[in-house]
Amino acid sequence: MSFINRTARAFFLVELLQGMACTLKYFFFRPAVTINYPFEKGPLSPRFRGEHALRRYPNGEERCISCKLCEAICPALAITIEGEVREDGSRRARRYDIDMTKCIYCGFCQEACPVDAIVEGPNFEYATETRAELMYNKAKLLANGERWETELAARIEADAPYR
Amino acid sequence: MADLLLNLWADYLWPLLWIVILIVAIVLPLLIAVAYLTYAERKIIAAMQMRKGPNVVGPFGLLQPMADGLKLFLKETVLPSRANATVYFLAPMMTFFLALVGWAVIPFGEGIVLADINVGILYLFAISSLGVYGIIMSGWASNSKYAFLGGLRSAAQMVSYEVSIGFVLISVLLTVGSLNLSDVVMAQKSVWFFIPHLPMFVVFFISGLAETNRSPFDLPEAEAELVAGYNVEYSAMPFALFFLGEYANMILMSAMTVILFLGGWLPPMDIALFSWIPGPIWFIAKICFVLFFFLWVRATFPRFRYDQLMRLGWKVFLPLSLAWLVLTASVLQFTGLVPK
Repeated sequence: MSFINRTARAFFLVELLQGMACTLKYFFFRPAVTINYPFEKGPLSPRFRGEHALRRYPNGEERCISCKLCEAICPALAITIEGEVREDGSRRARRYDIDMTKCIYCGFCQEACPVDAIVEGPNFEYATETRAELMYNKAKLLANGERWETELAARIEADAPYR
Repeated sequence: MADLLLNLWADYLWPLLWIVILIVAIVLPLLIAVAYLTYAERKIIAAMQMRKGPNVVGPFGLLQPMADGLKLFLKETVLPSRANATVYFLAPMMTFFLALVGWAVIPFGEGIVLADINVGILYLFAISSLGVYGIIMSGWASNSKYAFLGGLRSAAQMVSYEVSIGFVLISVLLTVGSLNLSDVVMAQKSVWFFIPHLPMFVVFFISGLAETNRSPFDLPEAEAELVAGYNVEYSAMPFALFFLGEYANMILMSAMTVILFLGGWLPPMDIALFSWIPGPIWFIAKICFVLFFFLWVRATFPRFRYDQLMRLGWKVFLPLSLAWLVLTASVLQFTGLVPK
């Protein structure tokens, strides 16, 4: 009996027709899930780790105190910091470079930072035409911080209850 | 003198010019149809996979085929250093030429046919068999292992399925009693052949997929194993010719299916509303329907393994079509329905 059943199913292409019915159903009744990318974008988690930024305090002072915890923890050795003691006696970074071609976006730097200075922001659209443009220096990172500050602050606040 | 010139014009030049005009009138819409078949393929498969498909170039992406064509046109034609240049360039031309030449005998409507020859089916069969040469030549002349393997596979596959297509054609022409394609269509006035010949319709359609190297029988160009098969080494216009040839072959195969099984240019029922629509429109609509099946199948099934492909061709389709041929002949003989 099972032989007849099997043979009949093979001869009448039952399984093939079921498959085709399935694709036809998708053709007519399932809407496309495509996101029209440059015009539409998918949602991002507040924890999304994108392009780095150095933040400032509301009074304009740099947050980074050149403690070099991020440099120490960076598994890709992408961060280079040189610190100095400023005239007012506070420690600040003279140099803060991130090699974005080395960075693996693990987020350890922002976890290590005691003053929430280095953060990974929501921006992922920073492709460049040359490699040299991806060697970020302190000025570039601070500029990022100024550009994204509203969102960066909102993201840190949104994530705070879970930390 | 003037008389002679006039005769020359009336007897030779004008008929020649007229034929050229007719050929252009067939080939030009065909090439546009090929371009939009690629668009339809991308859109239909996208819809079945819950995607949108091309939608950026022009309204609804309608200019996408033009952009693709332009891209191929502007690319550099690469000749591999160890390739046999003559055969290498001859192969895509041959594929393209053979895909177009089959259209000479296709009747678009009652009497609307370029060459109304009495061996139409035989001619189409011969042309589609020759199609394998373009592929073998390209596989050989490229001097590349992937192209070579793709060419070999393709040759074996097309030859295998040709056999069962041949038997299907014989079953049909037994019921018609003529090899003329217009007669084949006219014989379907009462009932389209896909009803009495349903199993052969299925066999013919599936063999057609194999014959045109379409998914799920696209082994000659299996990306996963052979990179792209026989056309790996080709770029720019030679590649475009292969591409156009392949899709023109698809349309030709659909046209054959329509003529042999779906009543050609005849309306489904001979009632007022249907018979007002002219024959060529019916013909084109039916071709589109069959082409939709080609694309639908591609979106549904994974590729066959090579031994499964050979098994299907030789151990299933060949006995089936042979048995059906004998059955058809017996039924015709014993019911006295043999066409005169």
